[in-house]
Amino acid sequence: MNRRDAIGRVALIMGGTMIGAEFLLSGCKPGGPATMTTLFDQDHIAFLDEVADTILPDTPSSPGAKAAKVGDFMTVMVRDCYETPDQDIFLKGFGKIDDAANKKFSKKFMDLDATQKLALLTDLDKEQQEYSKTKKPKDPNHYFRMMKELTLLGYFTSEVGCTKALRYVPVPGRFDGCIPYKKGDKAWALS
Amino acid sequence: MSTNTYDAIVIGSGISGGWAAKELTEKGLKTIMLERGRDIKHVKDYVNANKAPWEFPHRGGRTVQMEKDYPVLKRDYPLNETNLDYWVNEKESPYVEIKRFDWFRGYHVGGRSLMWGRQSYRWHDVNFEENAKQGIGVDWPIRYKDLEPWYSHAEKFAGISGNRDGVPILPDGDFMPPMEMNCVEKDVAARFNAYYKDKDRHFIIGRTANITKPLPGRTNCQYRNKCWLGCPFGAYFSTQSSTLPAAMATGNLTVRPWSIVTKILYDKDTKKAKGVEVLDAQNNQTYEYYAKIVFVNASTLNSAWVLMNSATDIWPDGLGSSSGELGHNLMDHHLGVGAGGRVEGYDDKYYFGRRANGIYIPRYRNLNGEKRDYIRGFGYQGGAGRDEWGRSIPELSIGGAFKDALAEPGEWNIGMGGFGETLPYHENRCYLDKNVKDHWGLPVLAIDATCKDNEMKMRKDMAEDAKEMLEACGVKDVHVFNSEPVLGRGIHEMGTARMGRDPKTSVLNEWNQVWDAKNVFVTDGACMTSAACQNPSLTYMALTARAANHAVEELKKGNI
Repeated sequence: MNRRDAIGRVALIMGGTMIGAEFLLSGCKPGGPATMTTLFDQDHIAFLDEVADTILPDTPSSPGAKAAKVGDFMTVMVRDCYETPDQDIFLKGFGKIDDAANKKFSKKFMDLDATQKLALLTDLDKEQQEYSKTKKPKDPNHYFRMMKELTLLGYFTSEVGCTKALRYVPVPGRFDGCIPYKKGDKAWALS
Repeated sequence: MSTNTYDAIVIGSGISGGWAAKELTEKGLKTIMLERGRDIKHVKDYVNANKAPWEFPHRGGRTVQMEKDYPVLKRDYPLNETNLDYWVNEKESPYVEIKRFDWFRGYHVGGRSLMWGRQSYRWHDVNFEENAKQGIGVDWPIRYKDLEPWYSHAEKFAGISGNRDGVPILPDGDFMPPMEMNCVEKDVAARFNAYYKDKDRHFIIGRTANITKPLPGRTNCQYRNKCWLGCPFGAYFSTQSSTLPAAMATGNLTVRPWSIVTKILYDKDTKKAKGVEVLDAQNNQTYEYYAKIVFVNASTLNSAWVLMNSATDIWPDGLGSSSGELGHNLMDHHLGVGAGGRVEGYDDKYYFGRRANGIYIPRYRNLNGEKRDYIRGFGYQGGAGRDEWGRSIPELSIGGAFKDALAEPGEWNIGMGGFGETLPYHENRCYLDKNVKDHWGLPVLAIDATCKDNEMKMRKDMAEDAKEMLEACGVKDVHVFNSEPVLGRGIHEMGTARMGRDPKTSVLNEWNQVWDAKNVFVTDGACMTSAACQNPSLTYMALTARAANHAVEELKKGNI
């Protein structure tokens, strides 16, 4: 972001300000433990990869979030950019997803097939969207909103996301203010 | 000649310091430029300039630790992972806020010329005359005609791209070819300029210090929009890309990083400065440097700090304080107010390249006889673009269709934010707080400044006009934003050592000379007698070149 972007076009994610150490612009608080590294293990990363890949799966036009290593990215962001209360909410999210999976399919999340995962997380996304509608700024954040936000951020700023899902031109060399666009053309990776 | 003796000393290496060094060395003066922070070498030290987004662990965002370390910087957009090293270490260099004042600093060679917003606008005679006509502060001792040739000089060398729009209030300059508006901006501009034809309002492409044609040693803008990381192409004006190489080429310049100027050494017999005292920021040793002239370009607040610390045996409040105005009349531009909305009908249009520039609407209020319930005015900056992957898509939740939809550009939107003039209030000031010390044991600045009634009334217009103008141009779902104004946030600090016609009411004369020591020149934002609403750096460049020229002439005549 630069000054002009900050002034003219405040970037938001999913229609709201992003959770965490204000990736974009909002209020912010000090604090946060220094030794979070141990809080996530390989199982967590595998779990988050599945969540992310369900939100943004492989399609004919581009690879999914797992290919972009979004699970690993999420753990870095939660460790470094989330305040303690948000870290707690995020960590409890693993259990909540398993509970929901148990309730709906009598299985753990990681044992669901792709169709079941999509059905389950679609429910959870509905839940977080409903919750977000009436949520006041001081109310706790929803774990699934966190996961979805970080999935989008992690994917569309990854090498896979930038170069396969979007069009990445590191040095445009010129500016054309008006070019034709037809439905299906991919967006540019950077603004 | 002792190794510590030069013809000229320049304190600071940012936009105005770099210009002082260039002008003085090109006129043959052996010059030392003293910079309090580290060196940053052009291109080589722009360590993040060529990184892809995924090479940043937090993708450019901010961590909890960064927010702890940068309690001031975190208040606005500058705190980020990509150019963190360009912002001052707040633990080492604290300051005291009597009222909230967001002071965003860069302590290194190049100063904020590396991170600046690059918008470059000339002033108009209206701006120089309003103080006198309205009885605000003191009269500027110069007029547009005094600065006009120096604006040209600055523009030609720095490289300012812009269109010759013929807007009466915003004089055209010696521009490089303008950048292009995108489809939506072009159409909005056409509607805007037709609708407001009789009201003298104009919607134009921004004028920016990004070159659109090559200059010696510099490549034209490559439209990466990563300026504030440092440009490997040297495509925007900075000390490193522009003034420093020119000054070095003369063979007359010495740059000394890690040099905190603690005071200007004043000789009461000659009533002139004889040099400066430097505290080496690395080894904590004190050194003295001597010269015939001293240019103070430490940035508005720090230039006041240096003066306040100097000649205190003669004037308790420092060199240049005899008028009682040193440190006072602190100004900024107030912002954080404007509007935005959706633009329909351009789904089949897009753009290529990332233009490091936007659109500009020059001031139109309180001109041509109009009288609002406040004085002065404001301009807008903004731009149009298509929504990106961060947008919400109400009809889609998660899954493949959702992903593929986000990978396409979204709706067009346009937004703009105002930059409002603040008045010079005597009580808006900075002063030394000797009870608080920085990392080197030096007293720090206390800052006590706030927006007042005139600015608050102006902000109502800034919000309402933005909405009205966008709606008049057919923009849909226009939303207004109007945050609490915070001084400092404009990063356009000005006025702490103002120019004037009378030594009793100003710190500097018409040539930026300190009334109390004629061989000391202050040519950064500190010298500003009023703020106007245009981005100020181009005016600092012009004032600096003009003052340097005068300094050398006076030196030749034996007057200083």
